[in-house]
Amino acid sequence: MTHFIKTLSISIFISAISGCAADRVVLLPNADGSKSALVLKTKTGEQVIDQPYEALSVNKSGAISLDKESPESVRNRYGEALDAQPKRPTSYIVYFVTGKDEITPQSLAVVEKVKADLKTRKAPEIVVIGHTDRVGNVEGNDDLSLKRANVMRNILLANGITADRIETAGRGEREPLVPTDDEVSEPKNRRVEISVR
Amino acid sequence: MSIITKKISITAGLIMMVSMGASYADNDAGMIKQTKGSVVIERGEQKLDAKQGNKVLVSDRVITGADSSIGITLHDGTLLSAGSNSTLSINKFVFNSTTNGGELDASLKRGTLAVVSGKLSKSSPNTVTYRTPTMILGARGTEFVIEAN
Repeated sequence: MTHFIKTLSISIFISAISGCAADRVVLLPNADGSKSALVLKTKTGEQVIDQPYEALSVNKSGAISLDKESPESVRNRYGEALDAQPKRPTSYIVYFVTGKDEITPQSLAVVEKVKADLKTRKAPEIVVIGHTDRVGNVEGNDDLSLKRANVMRNILLANGITADRIETAGRGEREPLVPTDDEVSEPKNRRVEISVR
Repeated sequence: MSIITKKISITAGLIMMVSMGASYADNDAGMIKQTKGSVVIERGEQKLDAKQGNKVLVSDRVITGADSSIGITLHDGTLLSAGSNSTLSINKFVFNSTTNGGELDASLKRGTLAVVSGKLSKSSPNTVTYRTPTMILGARGTEFVIEAN
């Protein structure tokens, strides 16, 4: 009997120090090294954390406590969820020959990179957005931008990606990478942006 | 008159350009990229086995069993992955891929969830919310893990 009570009190103690009764959030460093922050609100208060591995716990009464985790402790406690994380989205730009829906010779290597990337992903989805420079009229460039996007779309279809996983759009000359006056030829604006996720 | 007609045709053209990009249904939130063990999606009265390549819809509840996990990519690039014995709900998801605007609201009732924020939290930081029974979290372009008991 005393043994039982001892075991019980130890297990209560362990659950208290490990915070099992509380909800918890741990801020992780951003992969790109940029700054980040989380704002936590509860029934009774509010707190911001903005340093990697800072952690906040909230118990059932709404009280907030701050402590710090480490890469190892996060790994131990949340490894299962982190291991299930899908591959991060990546973006590519393929450039086109002036006035045409023909990929520049230099950009063919980028097309190969996109194909290789897709092979590493589970259930990949792709967004393909075509653009033009400001040579020619707006309507003609709307058509050309969509034709360029469709060139990339056809490459993806030929590589086993199904149509329902590809989103295609043409934005014409509206969204230049390099802003220019009208009728200015700009190679960086003759492009298709490919987002893979 | 001709100016008005031109304006209308330009507007119609813009709408057409945007709508060609939007091939998703309104309630479509993301896709299951991987699963391990036993994972069920509760959709209204339905209980579906969660499989790689399946869609995740707004109002879905994702439930993982013991030794199970799931990885989901939402349409704005947000990565959500849950460990075993977890219950995750997608309460709201709206994303405009042209403006990167919209809204995301998800809750973890129990278990563990790892998050890598997507485009939504960069363009609309005040409209991305994660909840547990005791917490409401606002995320600004962040990576974090949540635990709910």
